[in-house]
Amino acid sequence: MTAVTENIGLDIVTDRDALKRRLRAVERARRLRALVLVLPLFLFIIVSFVIPIGSLLRQAVYDPTIRQYMPQTVAALGAWDGKDLPDEAAFAAVAGDLGAANKAKTIALIGKRLNYEISGIRSKILASGRKAEKLTAGPYKEAMIGIDKIWGERETWSVLKRAGAAYTSFYVLDALDLGLDADGHFAATPAERAIYVTLFLRTLKISLTVTVVTLLLGFPLAYLLAMLPTRTSNLLMIMVLLPFWTSLLVRTTAWFVLLQDNGIINDAIQFLHLSDQPLPLIFSRFGTVVAMTHIQLPFTLLPIYSVMKTISPSYVRAGRSLGAGPFYAFWRIYFPLTVPGIAAGCLLTFILSLGYYITPALVGGPTDQMVSGIIAQAMNSENNWGKASALGGILLIATLILYFVYNRLVGIDKIRLG
Amino acid sequence: MKTLPWLCAVLMAGVSATAISVPKQASAEDSLTVVSWGGAYQESQRKAFFEPYAKTGVKVTEGEYNGEIAKIRAMVQSNSVTWDVIDIDTQTALAACAEGDLETIDWKKLGLDRSKFIGGDLQDCAVPNIVYATVIAYDTTKLNPGPTTIGDLFDTKKFPGKRALQKNPFVNLEWALIADGVPTADVYKVLGTPEGVDRAFKKLETIKKDVVWWEAGAQPPQLLADGQVVITSAWNGRIFNAMKADKKPFKIVWDAQAFDWDWWAIPKGGPHVEGAYKFISWSSQPAPMAEQTKYISYGPANKDAIPNISPDVLKDLPTAPDNMKTVLIVDPQFWADNGDQLRERFNAWLAK
Repeated sequence: MTAVTENIGLDIVTDRDALKRRLRAVERARRLRALVLVLPLFLFIIVSFVIPIGSLLRQAVYDPTIRQYMPQTVAALGAWDGKDLPDEAAFAAVAGDLGAANKAKTIALIGKRLNYEISGIRSKILASGRKAEKLTAGPYKEAMIGIDKIWGERETWSVLKRAGAAYTSFYVLDALDLGLDADGHFAATPAERAIYVTLFLRTLKISLTVTVVTLLLGFPLAYLLAMLPTRTSNLLMIMVLLPFWTSLLVRTTAWFVLLQDNGIINDAIQFLHLSDQPLPLIFSRFGTVVAMTHIQLPFTLLPIYSVMKTISPSYVRAGRSLGAGPFYAFWRIYFPLTVPGIAAGCLLTFILSLGYYITPALVGGPTDQMVSGIIAQAMNSENNWGKASALGGILLIATLILYFVYNRLVGIDKIRLG
Repeated sequence: MKTLPWLCAVLMAGVSATAISVPKQASAEDSLTVVSWGGAYQESQRKAFFEPYAKTGVKVTEGEYNGEIAKIRAMVQSNSVTWDVIDIDTQTALAACAEGDLETIDWKKLGLDRSKFIGGDLQDCAVPNIVYATVIAYDTTKLNPGPTTIGDLFDTKKFPGKRALQKNPFVNLEWALIADGVPTADVYKVLGTPEGVDRAFKKLETIKKDVVWWEAGAQPPQLLADGQVVITSAWNGRIFNAMKADKKPFKIVWDAQAFDWDWWAIPKGGPHVEGAYKFISWSSQPAPMAEQTKYISYGPANKDAIPNISPDVLKDLPTAPDNMKTVLIVDPQFWADNGDQLRERFNAWLAK
């Protein structure tokens, strides 16, 4: 009896184990299939997004120019304590490196890199290279100082030593209006050149303003769209979407035409004698915010609208039937249900706004330019990718911090796009 | 270590390749991609160079860019050069040449006499193509009498209203010093000192609130035509084009105009270097160079072209003796050395 029971028990156990194994095998196969299906997308994101962005961001701290083209100098300065001028060996190394770089036509790259830190040193480095190539025997110290007095200055050497390290803090500090002096202490960038902190704060401020304005305009419109009968709301929706499908540049240019001193709006204002002079609508913060708001409005509106569509009208009706006034019912029942959509729309608009640069460049004034404009300039015309990467990286980190705070306040799991 | 710039370069090159939207032609020497600055300027090149040259059996494919050195650099570093000939400005050509992104020009192979070219010996990697000037211009219907000197640009009492300047310290700082009384010949000497830079910015400060800043060459004639500004700085050809083609009532002030060059250059390692040489050689001949002046008022760099130009056109060129009396010759070396810091300071100044 007991033996039988045990046997049955055993059978059940083995059955259960076999079943579990089979189930696991099936699940594994399914997971594998799912993985194979997402693999192309995963690889695509790695190759086209993560690696390039990562390697560009790395340029903010990694600049091998000096290490690569002045290897002897970097080695010779390794033991230099930075107190006085370095020894004869370092001078000999510089003479050798510059001479070689002059021959290999890499000297301009050295000059360009050092010129970021010491204004005007580029041509002195180039001239030193031409002359150093002819030096054959020491003492190199007197010879180099004779070629140019920059070699008799401690600052040149300390910049050279710092720039010779594989990783540099120069670009990131510069992007925060900071620098290092000859002794390696932090020093603020001179006030007349300090710009980046102002620029970051301004970028955040403009983005925030645009987000708030799109919300104030978009929320009532989304409410209207959600309440109207389908036929009418579809028509209105097309009117929202049509400009959405138009190129950003076209819309910005259209605002340019409208807002200018002799444009329709200013003409109308003067015709109505509301003002004697054209109002500064263009090349101002006003113009920037108006044009950006126009472009961003659908991004804020659409998530709110799609969330509103899912809210059953019976909730508000139930509230009303229990005695709530119209505003009370809206505010206590309807509005809290739309918060996930508001959160999604505002986040989308805010983050997209951080990257604007064509619109502020065309309709904004000089005090309305945003970080992206400077990044594009550093990238395209100055060819200073370290600076561009540092600025971009700081913007990215600032955005992530804000996202984190936002997550704490709103809760990212509550965000819904519909 | 090498992979990282390389990878970025590939991406950049990909972007630039799509930007000109022209696939690399497989056939060797019967096609050529020439990239220039667009607008009225490229139109003049099309009529004077590209279309006639196509009749010699070489298909010219055009592209446009805004002088971005990064695009050239990315192509050269990733060995995917798709631009055979580029029209390039002085500073970019100097930098790109020094950093090894351009072919060194062999004048013998071009079959041209270097001494016949204005500024021919200034660069190793570029052939002078036109000379142009950054001038100030005004609308004669708005200002009459109009400004006559660069000092008037800074005189908001005599000429009230907005003025447009290029959003770049380049030329503006020089003008500020000249307007402040520095002789043209000493401008770069003064600007090379910290006090000189302060002085230039102080002078610019006096008109800061009256300035609209432009970035693309097509903007200034438009701003002037719209009545958005009363005076503007501009490249002389753009104003000339607005006067001739669009019959605008503009006038150029030939005082302290900044004299500069545009150049032909060949990105290093391109597939059609031979073809590029042939094209540059052909378009630097006196006849096509003179032809170009019919469409835009930039001076041909080849001095031999001047006799082929009608006196009617000649008087509007930056090289006309009457226009050259108070000219400011831009010093590219100064800007190569000090450009980074001055641009930073200029941007900071603008932002305040």
